[in-house]
Amino acid sequence: MFAVVQFPGSNDDRDMRFALKSVLGADARLVWHAEAELPPGTRAVLLPGGFSYGDYLRCGAMARFSPIMGAVRRFAEAGGPMLGTCNGFQVLCEAGLLPGVLRRNRDLHFVCDFVHVRVERAAAPFTSRARPGQVLRLPVKHGEGAFCASREELARLEANGQVVLRYCDASGAPGGNPNGALHDIAGIRNEAGNVFGLMPHPEHAVEGAIGGRDGVVILGSLVDAVAAARGGA
Amino acid sequence: MSAAQEPAVTLERAREHGLTDEEWQRILEILGRPPSWSELGVFSVMWSEHCSYKSSKRHLRKLPTRGEHVLQGPGENAGAVAIGDGLAVVFKIESHNHPSYIEPKQGAATGVGGILRDIFTMGARPIASLDSIRFGPLEDPKQQHLLRGVVDGIGFYGNCVGVATVGGETTFHECYRGNILVNAFNLGVVEADRIFLANASGIGNPVIYAGSTTGRDGIHGASLLASAEFDETTEEKRPTVQVGDPFTEKCLIEACLELMRGDDVVGIQDMGAAGLTCSSFEMASRAGTGIEMDLDRVPQRAANLTPYELLLSESQERMLLVARAGREEAVCAVFRRWGLDAVVVGRVTGDGRMRVRFHGKTVVDIPVDPVSASSPELDRPAREPATLRERQKLDLASVAPEEAPGEALEALLDDPNFGSKAWIWRQYDQLVQGNTILRPGGDAALVRVKREDGTPTRKALALAVDCNPRFCFLDPRGGTIAAVAEAARNVACTGARPLALTNCLNFGNPEKPEIMWQLREAIAGLGEAADALGTPVVSGNVSLYNETHGVPIHPTPTVAMVGLLEPWERHAVSHFTAPGQAVVLLGETREELGGSAWLALRRGLEAGLPPRVDLEHERRLHRLLARAVREGLLATAHDVSDGGFAVALAECCFLGEADVGAEVRLEAALRPDALLFGESTGRVIAATGDAAALLRAAQEEGVPAREIGRTGGARLRIGGRGAAAWIDVPVARLRAIFERALPRRLEAGEAGAERGGPA
Repeated sequence: MFAVVQFPGSNDDRDMRFALKSVLGADARLVWHAEAELPPGTRAVLLPGGFSYGDYLRCGAMARFSPIMGAVRRFAEAGGPMLGTCNGFQVLCEAGLLPGVLRRNRDLHFVCDFVHVRVERAAAPFTSRARPGQVLRLPVKHGEGAFCASREELARLEANGQVVLRYCDASGAPGGNPNGALHDIAGIRNEAGNVFGLMPHPEHAVEGAIGGRDGVVILGSLVDAVAAARGGA
Repeated sequence: MSAAQEPAVTLERAREHGLTDEEWQRILEILGRPPSWSELGVFSVMWSEHCSYKSSKRHLRKLPTRGEHVLQGPGENAGAVAIGDGLAVVFKIESHNHPSYIEPKQGAATGVGGILRDIFTMGARPIASLDSIRFGPLEDPKQQHLLRGVVDGIGFYGNCVGVATVGGETTFHECYRGNILVNAFNLGVVEADRIFLANASGIGNPVIYAGSTTGRDGIHGASLLASAEFDETTEEKRPTVQVGDPFTEKCLIEACLELMRGDDVVGIQDMGAAGLTCSSFEMASRAGTGIEMDLDRVPQRAANLTPYELLLSESQERMLLVARAGREEAVCAVFRRWGLDAVVVGRVTGDGRMRVRFHGKTVVDIPVDPVSASSPELDRPAREPATLRERQKLDLASVAPEEAPGEALEALLDDPNFGSKAWIWRQYDQLVQGNTILRPGGDAALVRVKREDGTPTRKALALAVDCNPRFCFLDPRGGTIAAVAEAARNVACTGARPLALTNCLNFGNPEKPEIMWQLREAIAGLGEAADALGTPVVSGNVSLYNETHGVPIHPTPTVAMVGLLEPWERHAVSHFTAPGQAVVLLGETREELGGSAWLALRRGLEAGLPPRVDLEHERRLHRLLARAVREGLLATAHDVSDGGFAVALAECCFLGEADVGAEVRLEAALRPDALLFGESTGRVIAATGDAAALLRAAQEEGVPAREIGRTGGARLRIGGRGAAAWIDVPVARLRAIFERALPRRLEAGEAGAERGGPA
C-alpha cells in the first residue's frame, strides 16, 4: 500500500493518489497527518505538494511536527521508500531526512511551468525506468524551490551520486533552471538511497494530454520497486 | 464601547452611513421606532448598493436566466448548470475592484477567496479560476505596483488554496488609471442532486458559525467601499480592506465538502460582504423564517468587539450553517478536525424576525423580509451621453491608410494589451487537481471533470472571460453583445458547446443618468445575446461607482462563458501544430475599423461604431466548430478579435511551444488595413489537414469559409491581390516582441524603483 500523507493544506494529495491508483493501478490511500502510525501494510510513503499549514512560517516547518512524522521517520530509517514532491521535499529537508534547504526562487516569484530535468542517476527505487541522462519534461509550481546547501554538503551530494535530477534544457544541456537552485539541482536522495525529494511534480504528468507522461518514469519506478520488494519477500 | 454606550441614532447618523432620507423614513416605518446603533449598521449594509443591487435589480430581472440545463439561476450564491451523467457545474464571477485599488495584494486575494466560498457553499468542489483584471497604462509606476500586487494576491490565495488558475484576461487602458478592475471567476463541480442552498429552514434548527474568528477587519469593506466614488479620502479606507488566509479557506473547503457528503447540513452560506448580517438575513429571507442569535458566542480575535462590529465585520473565511437539530455536535466535530472554530450561535425561528442578543440584551430586532427581499429598489433616470453620437461618427475616408502594416503588427504585439501574459500566469498554479488540458494563453482554458471520488470523466469544461471596453464605450449595447459573442466563440474554438454565462457589470456612478444609461443598454445587450446564443445568465455581480474624481471607467460588462466538450480527447488548440496544413478563414471580413485597436494605437482615435455582431451567424459558427472538432477536422481554431486578423494569425504562429510559420493571401476588395486589422466579429482562423472536408462542413452549416493559405516555414507572410506581401516577418521576431512586451516594461519599472525613482 502506498500511503499519501495528508497534512492540512496539502493540495496535491488527491492528485498523487490519482496518479498511483487510477493511472498506475497501485493501492494508494490518503493518511491523515494526525495519525500516530502508518497503516499496516504500508510499502511506500509519499509526502505530497501543497502548502502544509499554509506555509506561513517556513515551507514545511510546521508539518514536520505533525503526529504522523514520528512514524514517517521510523519508516525512512528502516529503509522504506519515501518520495516527497515540492512541499513534501521541503518537509523532508525540514525534518532532516534530506540535506539542504529550499529557498525563495531567484526572481522572488512563484513559478508554474513545464521544465526539463536530466536523470543523473537511473536506479531503483525512483528512477529505474529511466535511461541515464534521459531528459524528462515535468511541471514545477513553487515559490520556494531553490535548493541550497553548504559547499561541503554539495560536494558530498555530488560525490555520493545523490543528485537524482538536474534542471536542463530540452536537449539535456545545462540551462532551464527555474528557481536558482545550486548546481541546477531539482531532486536529491539520501545517502541510503531510499528517500527522494524533488521540486517537479511527477503526479501532474501521467496522462498524455494532461501534462504528458514523463511523470510515470518516476512514479512507475516506485511502483516497480514496491512490487519487486514484495516479490522478493 | 458597550451596548449601553452606543450613540443615539439620528437622521444625521443615518446619512453618515450612506442612507438617504427616504430610506431613513422607511426604517422608521418598518420598526415603528428609531433603530438602535447596531440596527442602523444592519440597514446601512443591507441597503448599500453592493448588497441590495438597488440601482440595477429592476433591469437585471429582464435577463434570460432559464434553460433546459439550468439548475439554479441568479439569487443563490452562484448559478448551477447540469452537464449530464448526474453532474453539474456551479460558477460565478465577482468584482473586488475597490479593495484591490486600495490594497492590491489583499484586495485581489480576498476577491479570490470570496468567489471560492460562493462555489463550495453550494456543495461544489472548486476546480478552476479565471481572473479578468484591468489597469491604467503600464508605463505608470503606480499601475505597475497595482499589477504586481494584484497578481501576487491572486497567486498567494489561489496557489495556497489548491485551485488551479487556468486563464483570464489582462488589459490596460487610461480609463482604469484611477479605478482598476479585479473580477474573479470560479467554477466547481458537484453531483446535481447534492447542491446545497442558502436556506435557514426548519424551526428550531441550530445556526452554526464556522471558520475564522471575527475581528475588526473589513467593517464596511465591500459594502461601503464599493458603494461610493473614490477621492482623496480613499487611502484612509485602507483598514476597511479585509485580509485573506487561504490556508483556513483550504481547510474550510475540505471540512464543508466532507460535511455535505452527509445529511446534517440544511443550508449554508458564506459570510462575505456585510458578514454575519448579510448571511443570516439572506438565509432567513429565502426560507421565510427568522433567526435568533447570541453574539457572545461568536469566536472573536479582538477584545471588546461591539455588537455593531460583530454584525458588520467582513473578516474572511467564515461560514454560517443551519444544521439538523441534534446534529450540531457532529457538524462542529468535522470543523474541529480541520482545526477550525465551529459553534452554535443561534436557532431558526418561525416568526420572520432577526433577533440578536449581546450581553443578555436584545440589540437587533428587525423583521427579515422588509430588510432583505423587499429592500429599496430605484428607478434611476437614464440619458444617452451627449457626446456619444459624436464619438460614433467615423469617416473612414478621412483616416489615412496604414502605410507600414508590418510595423503596425509589431506595434500591436508590443502593446501590453496584446503582448504575452506569461509573466502573470506563470505565477499561478495552473495544474493543481490534475485536470488542465489547455493552459492559459489560448482562446479558452479546457479543464477535465473528475467526480468527487477522483474518477475521471470524458467531460471537459471550456472557460473564457471577455470584454472589449472600447466597444462598450462606443456602444454599450453592441459592445456587450460583442463580449458575449466573443466569450462564446472562444469556448467554441476548443470544440466545446457554450452552455451558460456569468457576468460582472463594472460601471461608474449610477446616480449619473449617462452611467445609468450605459448600464441599462449593456444589460439589454447581455440579455439579447444570451438569449440568441442559448447561453442563459445564471449568476453575476454588479460593481458600480467605479469612478475617481468624477471620471468613470469605460463600461466594462465582463462576460465569463462556460462550455462543455465531450469527449474531450478531441479538441482544437489556438496555435498551429504542424506545417503543411491548410489555413481556412471562417466568417466574413467587413470594412470595420471603428473601435479597433489599430485605430486607437496607430491613429490615436477611439471612435466609430464597433463592428456589428450577427448572432445567428455566431450560433452557426459554434455549431460548425463543435462538428469539425468532433469529426477530427480541426487542429487549430483561433478567434479573431481585438487586433484583427494579422494579430490573430501571428498568434497562431507563435502561441505553441515551437514556431510554425504561415503564408496566406486575403483577396477581398477592402482597404488592406481593414483586412489586416479590422475587428469584424464572428471570425475564426482554422488549420486543417483536410480543407475540402472542412469547407464542405462549413457550407452545410451555413458559415462562409475560404482557404487562404498554408502553414509552414519560419515566416509569417500575408499578401493581398497584388504580388508583394503586405507583411513578411520571421515568426521568431514576432514571438520575441510578443514575449517581451510585459517583462521589458516591468523590468524598466524595477530599475526605476532601484534607482530611487517613484515606486
